[in-house]
Formats: sequence, C-alpha cells, structure tokens
Amino acid sequence: MARILSILVGLFFTVALAWSFGKGAYQQITEPPAATAEHEFHLHPKEVSFASDGAFGRFDRQQLQRGFQVYKEVCAACHALRHVAFRDLAALGYNDAEVKAIAKGFQVPVYNNATGEVETREGMATDYFPPVLYAGQGTPPDLSLITKARHDGPAYVYSLLTGYQNQPAELLKKFPDAKTPDGLHYNPYFANLNLAMPPPLTGEGQVTYSDGTKGTVDQMAKDVSAFLIWTAEPKLEKRKQTGWPVLGFLLFATVLGYMSYRNIWAGKKH
Amino acid sequence: MSFPWAKEYKPSHPFMQWMDDRLPLPRLVYNSVGGGYPVPRNLNYFWNFGFLAALCLVLQIVTGIVMAMHYAANTQVAFDTVEQTVRDVNWGWMMRYAHANGASAFFVVIYVHIFRGFFYGSYKAPREMVWLLGVVIFLLMMATAFMGYVLPWGQMSFWGAKVITGLFGAIPFVGEPLQQWLLGGFAPDNAALNRFFSLHYLLPFVIVGVVILHIWALHIPGSSNPTGVEVKSESDTVPFYPYYVAKDGWAIGVFAILFCTALFFFPNALGHPDNYIPANPMSTPAHIVPEWYFWPFYAILRAFTQDFFIIPAKLMGVLAMFGAILVWFFLPWLDRSPVRSGSYRPLYRKFFFFGLIPAMAVLFYCGGAPAEEPYVMLSQIAALYYFAHFLIVIPIVSAIEKPDPLPFSITESVLGEDEAAKLAPAPSATVA
Repeated sequence: MARILSILVGLFFTVALAWSFGKGAYQQITEPPAATAEHEFHLHPKEVSFASDGAFGRFDRQQLQRGFQVYKEVCAACHALRHVAFRDLAALGYNDAEVKAIAKGFQVPVYNNATGEVETREGMATDYFPPVLYAGQGTPPDLSLITKARHDGPAYVYSLLTGYQNQPAELLKKFPDAKTPDGLHYNPYFANLNLAMPPPLTGEGQVTYSDGTKGTVDQMAKDVSAFLIWTAEPKLEKRKQTGWPVLGFLLFATVLGYMSYRNIWAGKKH
Repeated sequence: MSFPWAKEYKPSHPFMQWMDDRLPLPRLVYNSVGGGYPVPRNLNYFWNFGFLAALCLVLQIVTGIVMAMHYAANTQVAFDTVEQTVRDVNWGWMMRYAHANGASAFFVVIYVHIFRGFFYGSYKAPREMVWLLGVVIFLLMMATAFMGYVLPWGQMSFWGAKVITGLFGAIPFVGEPLQQWLLGGFAPDNAALNRFFSLHYLLPFVIVGVVILHIWALHIPGSSNPTGVEVKSESDTVPFYPYYVAKDGWAIGVFAILFCTALFFFPNALGHPDNYIPANPMSTPAHIVPEWYFWPFYAILRAFTQDFFIIPAKLMGVLAMFGAILVWFFLPWLDRSPVRSGSYRPLYRKFFFFGLIPAMAVLFYCGGAPAEEPYVMLSQIAALYYFAHFLIVIPIVSAIEKPDPLPFSITESVLGEDEAAKLAPAPSATVA
C-alpha cells in the first residue's frame, strides 16, 4: 500500500516535469529564442596580472599611489569611495603629513546646527571620502568594492577602461536595432554593450605621474585597477601572509595526527 | 550503552567519584565519545563527516557570535557594519570570511554525510530516528543559512530574500497575507531584516539541541558501518577513545587545511559578486541565484515551467522544492530492502552511482546557471530522475533486488573467515 502510494506521488512529480519538459522542448523547436547582440558581442575581461595576484601576492605601493592619483584626478569627479577613510591611505606608503594634505584637498559636508544648512569643510584624516553628487545621466557606482562586486573584478575594471571602441560594422549588419543610443558609449566588456560613462581615460599624459612612469591609457587603467583592488580589500596582503604560517602549522599538526592515528590503530585490522 | 562489553566509567580520583555521585557529566562524556562507546572497527572515512559537521557547527556559532558583536540589523547600516567589521575590526576580515566560508564548509560536510547515509542505508531500522532528526537538522540549517545570507543586505541578500519569501505567495488563498505577515511588509525591509537576524541567532542553538537528540538516538543502537551488518561481538568493535578520537583528529587536520586554504586564499570564490553591491530594491540583478548549497533545490523550483492541470507552475515548483527534501523523511519506509549497505546491493548501487549522483550533479550545476536553455531542460530531466529515484526506483528495487551474500560479521569482513573463527566467542556471549 505504502509502495503504491509512493509510486503515485512519484508519478505526480515526474509527469508534471515531463509535461514542463515537453512543452519547453516544443517551444525551443517552434520558436527558438532569437540571438541578441549582448550575447554575441559581449567579451570576457582581458588577461591582466597584478602584483597582488597569487598566493604570495603583495601590493606594489608605488602603483597604488599612481592608481590613487588617477582616481583623484579622473574618477573622483563622478565616483565616490565611501568605505575608504583618508587615514587608510597610510597603507599606500604616505606619511601622516601627506595623508592630512590629501584629506585637506577634499571638501566634506557638515550639518550646521545653528543655520540648518549643510556646509562643507576641509577633510581630516579621520573622514571618509565624501559623497559625490552627480548631475548627469545614470548613477556612477561607488568604487570602494567594485573589484569584488564584478566577476573577475580587477580585469573587468581594466578591460572596461581600455575597451571603448566604435561599434563593429558586423554587429550593425547583424543587429540593425542594436545601434548604440545617443549619450551611451559602446564597450564590449560591459554586460549590455552600451554604457553611460564616456571614456574616462582619453590619452597619454592625462595624468602626470610624479615617479616618472609614462601615463599611457593602458598604464593608467592598470594602476587604477590595482588601487581599486586595494580599496576593495585593504587586508588582502595580511590575509595571504597569515595564510602561510596557518597552513604550515596545520600541515605539521595533521602529520602528527596521522602518525598518532597509525600508531593507535597499529595491529588493529579495519 | 547497549553493548554488554562496553567499558564502565570508573572514576579513580576522589573528586571525580564525588562528582559522579552528584552530576555524572564525566560519565556521560566517557560513554558518548570516550572509552565507554564501542564503535564498529571497520568504519571508513565517510564516517568522519558526522564529527566534522559538529565541528562546523561550533565554528559557525563562535565566528557568528563575534560577527553579531559588530553587526547592526538595520537596512540603513547593515551593509556598512559588515564592511566596517572587515576593514576596521581587529581580525574582523578573518571572522567574516571564516563565517561565510564556514557555512559552505558545513554544507559540503553535511552533503557528504547525507549521501553516506543514502549509500550505506544508515536510515534503516533501528536508526530511523537518527535519520529523521538528521533531516530536521538539514532543514534548520537551510533556514539558518538563508537568513544569514540576507543579513549583509547586499543585492543577492535582498533579491534572494524576495524570491524565497515570495514562494509563500504561491500558497493558495492565504499565500499573500501570510507572506506579508512573515515579512512584516510588502517586500523584505527593516522588519524582515530584524526578524531574520533574531532567528539567525536563535536557530543554531535549536540545531545544537537537535544534534544532541541526533547523537543520543545514534548511541542507542550504536553506529552503523560499511557492511551494514550489525555488531555481534566485542571483536567487531573498538572503543571510541582512543581509536576514533585519533581517526577524527587527523581528519580534522585535513579538513582544516582545506578550509584554511579557501579562507586565506580564495575567500570569495564561492560568493556571488553582486552581494558586494548594497541592496537596491529598484535594480534587479541580471540573474538571481542563491548560495551554491541551495542550487539543487533551486533548480527543482525552476524546473516547473508549465501549469499542471489546475496547479500553477509556481505552486508546483514550491511543492517540489520542499517535497524534494521532505521525501527523505519517508526513506526508511520506502526502502524495504533488509540489506543496509549499498556494497551488497548491486541494483541499488547502480541507480545510486549512475542515477542519483549524476542527477544531483546536474541539479547543482543548473541551479547556479541562468534560467535559460539548455539549463532548464537539463534540470527538468535531472529533477524527474530525482523524484523517480526516491519514490519509484527505491521501492521497486528494494522489492525485486537479489542482494549479494553478506559477511557473517564485521570481524569476518575485516579479518577473513579463518581468522574470525579463531576469535569467535561462545554462542551464548553474542547479542542479537
């Protein structure tokens, strides 16, 4: 009786699934889904490597400073960095005076109790990067966590910054309706191919590095991506450095554990 | 303990004697995980996963309590408090990653533990209660993990909560009011976040309670073993201490190495990048997927794309998703084969390895993939087999299968017939 009941319940689910499958398969054959431009022309991020990659990765502080300069001079016009405090920049190798000077360069909003107005004052080391008000089209995302908030984040940021191009003629031939709308910009590394952000890195020399590195678009894109790896996870270096002694100890303890296991079970067939 | 040869706890120190007369806690420990618990000598490494699961539970509770010290359950600040924990709290990054990856580790261990049970028939008499309590633990774990994932209030937290709580809306008539009552609103918001936090803190301790019952129920008949033959004499068993303490000990080492490798070198590999974007009710992610450990059941939910007679597709999916786990409750009565272990059940073994395991693998894969073809059709086939396996295949197989001959005893299976004969006790000493 229980067996018959269970088979009936089983048939209920399996027949319902077969029904869904059959109808779905029929639909696939009669009206196959149309190909889309996003599906065919979207590209995975380019191969790019950073000093912080790999199990032994360390930040290249010189590069982080260059990346911060790119952020400050280019990205900061539209993108905020709200999880990062100026004091955190000490990790990039700046001394206290330099951190204070950087903070001073930013205006931080403060609410004036007496007047009821929101005013601004010069930033201090303890302040976080202030919010950025953006008046144009779209909402520029906060960049603090961007390299963790995208698949293959660092390579994605780098690819997006260097990936602007004219819409391929092939795409327009195949999908005439997929022409990039006015005000948007074609970039195959962006999920739907057209994004509101105009190419931010326009040409060599846009940022003049103080360490003499040539400010090519490729270099700037790499540097700012490296900087954004740091903003997303300032403790990345410490994490990897902690991992090795932990694994070393565990390996030692596990070998000891294995030996005592062998010792205790010696002569006991199992 | 159930076996007459189980060693008795004999406190030697006067204080321990005093204690034993008043609160025999050391006796309980001795009889549970000490020399007083005889365990089959032939357990393989799949039997280490129960102990590992308990370890994961402790790990989650410890790291979770620390995380809760730095967390605020408020939609305005929840995301930021988690980030602050990672950035500004001493070792906060390690606690956070340990807790997030600890959930994954717990589920890896528990899936192995459950499938060990499937293969070796651990659910069969006299261990039905062990199995039923185990399924209860699994359901509680899923609820706890789901609510925990909502707490950081990222995009996947919010949209995952929206999809899963939306399932209650599929219940006829009362669905919508029930959903609003559970959420404290029309969509997941502050009220929901607060109750999720409260429950996320409560449920692990409920799990601890059920785990105690699970172990208690296990210790009545004692552990099962890979042959599925019941313990017959003392030579079939070894005391838990030191034998299985040593074996579990080094298994913990291997587990810890794997876990720490993930924690220190790939802490975000199992997470979804979208959860590093703060929740935004106005922007739906391209693909809403739960954490990997829910993928098989999420695939089953999405496999029902067509209304079935009068039952809407969504309700069908919800019924099937919960049914996929609830069917485990009936397993001890669906599988009537007198032989426990899959090692001696040729037909069952074939369906297990070439049916259930591939179906589960496909469901895992498709649950994490976008709701497009071919993933939907693949998960339909896999889900079909999944239900057929438990509800049709197992009852029929257990009726028609001719099992392989079983060894007479555990000792015989380990030592061979001749050696075992030398050790064989007088018939009067055996227990049934």
